[in-house]
Amino acid sequence: MDRSISGAGGGRGARPTAHELARYESLFATRTRGMKSSAMREMMALTERSDVISLAGGLPDTKTFAPELYAKLMSQVAATSTARALQYGPTEGMASTIDCITQVMAAEGTPIDPGEVIVTTGGQQVIDLVCKTLIDPGDVIVAEAPTYPGAVPTFSAYEAHVEQIEMDADGMPIDELESVLDRLQAEGRRPKFIYTIPNFQNPGGVTMSLPRRRRLVEVAHERELLILEDNPYGLLRYEGEPLPTLHSLDAQLGAGGGAADLVIYLGTFSKILSPGLRLGWSVAPRPVLEKLNLGKQGSDLCSSPVTQLFVAEYFKEREAGGEPRWLGYLEQLKDLYRSRRDVMLESLAEHFGEGARWTQPQGGLFVWATLDERIDTTDLLAQARKSEGVAFVPGRAAYMDGRRGSSSMRLNFAGVEAADIREGIRRIGKVVRQQLGLYGSLTGSGTRAGTPARADSASTESTTESTAAAASAEADAQTGKAPLADVVAFPRREQDGSARRQQDR
Amino acid sequence: MSSPGRVAVLKGGRSLERNVSLRSGAHAQEALTRLGHEVIAIDVDEGFVEQLLSAAPDAALVALHGPDGEDGTLQSLLEAIGLPYTGSGPAACMCCTDKALAKHLMRGAGIPTPDFHSLEESWIEQLGAAQALPSVERSIGFPLVVKPVSQGSALGVKFARSSEELPGALVGAFSYGSKILIERYVKGRDLAVSVLDGPEGPLPLPVVEAVPREEDFFDYESRYEIGMTTFVCPAELSDEQTARAQELALSVYRLLGCHGVARVDLLLDEQSGELWVLEANVVPGMTETSLLPQAADAAGVGFDELIARVLESAFTR
Repeated sequence: MDRSISGAGGGRGARPTAHELARYESLFATRTRGMKSSAMREMMALTERSDVISLAGGLPDTKTFAPELYAKLMSQVAATSTARALQYGPTEGMASTIDCITQVMAAEGTPIDPGEVIVTTGGQQVIDLVCKTLIDPGDVIVAEAPTYPGAVPTFSAYEAHVEQIEMDADGMPIDELESVLDRLQAEGRRPKFIYTIPNFQNPGGVTMSLPRRRRLVEVAHERELLILEDNPYGLLRYEGEPLPTLHSLDAQLGAGGGAADLVIYLGTFSKILSPGLRLGWSVAPRPVLEKLNLGKQGSDLCSSPVTQLFVAEYFKEREAGGEPRWLGYLEQLKDLYRSRRDVMLESLAEHFGEGARWTQPQGGLFVWATLDERIDTTDLLAQARKSEGVAFVPGRAAYMDGRRGSSSMRLNFAGVEAADIREGIRRIGKVVRQQLGLYGSLTGSGTRAGTPARADSASTESTTESTAAAASAEADAQTGKAPLADVVAFPRREQDGSARRQQDR
Repeated sequence: MSSPGRVAVLKGGRSLERNVSLRSGAHAQEALTRLGHEVIAIDVDEGFVEQLLSAAPDAALVALHGPDGEDGTLQSLLEAIGLPYTGSGPAACMCCTDKALAKHLMRGAGIPTPDFHSLEESWIEQLGAAQALPSVERSIGFPLVVKPVSQGSALGVKFARSSEELPGALVGAFSYGSKILIERYVKGRDLAVSVLDGPEGPLPLPVVEAVPREEDFFDYESRYEIGMTTFVCPAELSDEQTARAQELALSVYRLLGCHGVARVDLLLDEQSGELWVLEANVVPGMTETSLLPQAADAAGVGFDELIARVLESAFTR
């Protein structure tokens, strides 16, 4: 750094004074203003303590991975590929790793050409690279509401304007999306991409219905828009039939000559194997892929060959019956997470009050619970952390404005042992009752919090929204499916005969 | 302590201000090292006393913010151990940490502080204190501010524009502490005056103004959000206003029995031009962007000298 910046007063190793900081301030890019810490994030950092039961993480349970297998795979990498493991690799990723990705994509029902893949440093890097490639300051991204809390700082850092569309039980309502797109067009603004997590959405826990998936891909084609399909949990389905990826629906349309034309797919090994590997990938239309590749060169040249080779070795492993071991491990994870989800749903029914609602995800890692509207979950977290030693993600973290979602919370069940889930939910329920009791005393309305209720009160909630929309129940009837997620927090819409109805399938 | 010695820097803790405290502590440690002291950094957590006793320092520099470090408990403990420590003693800490107590004392001494009432959470259930709220509303008026008496995180500060908003603001503020303050909202400029002890006794430093980057008076959180505020030092005030702010800060420092260093937060009423004292902080932040180092810098006191003077306060009690 230039001497004139480190400046007077500070000796070697001195921290900058306020004056010097002001001088740095003038050198910072404007976009750093969007990169802000927040009091809420500071508070959440404090929940990462061993004496806190944290339902806040986005964590899979890595304790289930056999240490002997880890040791064996690492030894194999060392024995066969030390020099390659320690060397730079190709930016797009190593062929042996891309082969594994092709297998995962096949398991997702999405056959791909290995030439369409780029290996990334976690799925998070795909979000970053897609923004880096597509977003100029002020450009519009359309996302779900709530959306993945980890995408919020990325979108902010690239100074994107984010339009969030409230989900219901079947994910993002596409007619709402179209209304937003119409409005944006009228304002002379064209969104760059639509960001969606169609399966077991983070944080919402809901899954986008097949009719909506189809319609979303059509809308993208009608309007020449890209879709960023974030699918970390697709293979972690605990019941029900898998739905086709947006990528595969796009490819079926044939516009891309058998490849996806407008869908940028994001996948990751984080949830089916390990987040510590920091390996994800994108499958993208070739022109986009080239730009992502250039963007990645500038970011980190390549993802770690050590972990790429680890994955390649892992995918060679077979069970006694000849089945790929990674699929066996996936089954093991699904059994574990399914049982933990059930424990969480039972605990919620037992300990959360009447005013609470929550999603019942068919897969993934999270339940989204919405409490009595008088509760602010950011404040609730402060008290829960302090008096009960339990943590969750306040709903506001999933909204760009940091305000909406104030009565909701994201709860992770996958990375937490059953006993801790029970105890954690019990403790949160206790704090909720205390707050509602206090509220009742203050308003003279008495406590409304005493009676825990079962979750299956979906019908009472579904009357709260009555926008012009398709009835998803009807859509379900047409596709011959049972309702996807018996969701309480995201009400299904009422049936009506709106003109938009046909479009929302 | 002008000759080099062993100094324990006490930081971290478990409050919402943990991260700020860790940064303050790290910043102070570097200065102490440059001053030639041997530094022992201690995160105030389980095993703290054992760690402190086995380190056997000559003095402790308190960089622990929030109730953990500012409510007098830590200071009492250090006195029990017989270890010299920086800053105010237990009584001043107790007064400053309890914003309601500090305001009662200020009001009694004729120092202007916005009208207020305090409320204990248990009173609401046990004594039916909610019935006193209408009279509190009448006496303070809307809009009003609700905040826990003893913590410094912006998260706990709530705003109510009407009777309907008050219960929510109260429940929110009680999430951060069992005793809260309901205070008249003064619309105006945020000022801070730090007072630093020195050879000529305690002296007020130049006034710092905190200017929110985006004006949103009704959103306290964004107002106090890191990076949402810029600081001006010395604040652009008339000589008269500056002198008055400094005089008030020094009076508060003396009134509450502060020692070594303290920061007094004030508001300059945009309508009346009057200055109001909100609170005093006995362990002011020492991070790169904290108000005390900025004010000291503006007074020609570099960070190392600031830390040297703070350390000296351990031996001048």
